[in-house]
Amino acid sequence: MGELLVQDKSIVVPGEEVAAGMDFLPTEGVYRDGDKLVASRLGLLAVDGRLVKLIPLAGKYLPKRGDVIIGKVIDVAISGWRVEINSAYTAMLSMKDATSEFIARGADLTRYFTFGDYLVTSIVNVTSQNLVDLSMKGPGLRKLPEGRIITVAPNKVPRIIGKQGSMVSMIKDATGCKIIVGQNGIVWLQGEPGQELIAVAALRKIESESHISGLTDRIKAFLDEEARKLQIGQSPIAHSASGGIVPQR
Amino acid sequence: MNEFLKLHIVKWFEKGKRYDGRSLDEFRPVVVEYGVTKNAEGSARVKIGDTEVIAGVKLSVEKPYPDTPKDGNLMVGAELLPLSSPDYEAGPPNEESIEVARVVDRGLRESKAIDTKKLCLIEGEKVWMIAIDICTINSDGNLLDAAALAAVAAVQDARFPEYDGKVVNYKKLTDKKLPIARLPLSITVMKIGDYLFVDPSIEEEKVVDSRLTVALAQDGKICAMQKGGDAPVAIDDIGRMIELATVKAAELMARLKR
Repeated sequence: MGELLVQDKSIVVPGEEVAAGMDFLPTEGVYRDGDKLVASRLGLLAVDGRLVKLIPLAGKYLPKRGDVIIGKVIDVAISGWRVEINSAYTAMLSMKDATSEFIARGADLTRYFTFGDYLVTSIVNVTSQNLVDLSMKGPGLRKLPEGRIITVAPNKVPRIIGKQGSMVSMIKDATGCKIIVGQNGIVWLQGEPGQELIAVAALRKIESESHISGLTDRIKAFLDEEARKLQIGQSPIAHSASGGIVPQR
Repeated sequence: MNEFLKLHIVKWFEKGKRYDGRSLDEFRPVVVEYGVTKNAEGSARVKIGDTEVIAGVKLSVEKPYPDTPKDGNLMVGAELLPLSSPDYEAGPPNEESIEVARVVDRGLRESKAIDTKKLCLIEGEKVWMIAIDICTINSDGNLLDAAALAAVAAVQDARFPEYDGKVVNYKKLTDKKLPIARLPLSITVMKIGDYLFVDPSIEEEKVVDSRLTVALAQDGKICAMQKGGDAPVAIDDIGRMIELATVKAAELMARLKR
């Protein structure tokens, strides 16, 4: 008979024994050592029936098959492109997955994607050695046009998107910006100057306050307030939009 | 840097807005703190937005250069610490850090900010050497202006250590300050297309066509200039750039202690 050694939703540290016995099954961030389950990261423990999962508090993006992410082309190779994906690993987009067009032997690959291009792309495979394969074939996968790129904490991405995309749609509707959120924490935005700044500030607000309840209502109030300020001509949230989270002083 | 990010920035400029909501000729909040390190004879920390730079002044007694036997020596070094940006590496100075040091050095030297004649102890034998070291703590654009401002503030803050003719006692500082004749300030004016702006953020800095650093003395006299970036600058534009720099220098001067 197994038992939990720590409470559900408590914070655990790497190496901490979280459950004993064979009844519990380790999933993300948890591994089995003998008949015990041990945490491998710092985070919140989430128990779902027999499954024990660990929601990390922070960390780099871990590539997962099927994720739609935003990546930056950092190299053009002989038969594909190397893409930076805000992770510890870089990904490879091979020629055959890049386009449905026929690419002749020896063609100049920079005609399709070149250094510094940002792509919306999906992960088709992650090997045990963490080699990541990308594909551009699928709905909405494309090279991104002009816009702003910001990086948010990857573990906050689900909160930014919201249930069935409710949170990000709310920001889109309120600001009229185009927003694409990659699972790896890279976000692309395009909009009118004042509106885009509000969208960026809203994203930062979600990132820093996602653990406090009533997030949706607060973000809604924030968007309304900023829209009102913009209408009466006050400069909205200047200075705080660039870079990471601005420390409170 | 990517062309499409540049396009986006330029489109904003057309509407008179910057990437972070500022207007084109607006600085981020500037903070100058004096006396931030224990071991330097003078030091200052400058923050421009999230950019943060520390400058320190060390004084030592050295032999003067043979061509200037009656003048004290001035030396400026800059280090772009790896902790301040993912783009900086440890190791020998690179092009960017040499440029920061040289631009700051030239601003101080050519404005004759420090009366070097007063640093002479024994002609041809012993003079004070002023070594200014600049360290970046966080790099979020406009390092040149931040470094120049920090260097000037550190020089203002510096006091001579006790000296008995043989050894310098760094443990005890006298009340004597450096002989400052005037305060120079450097303002870097950036140019993308036809748009001029100051105090670039890191994203803007990566896409500028050209830039001009103008070192100005208190009275608005131009002491030194440094042009950077790939694109050429027309003579009319240089005039406009200097005009903008003069206005901004007066603004920054108010941040310095008198």
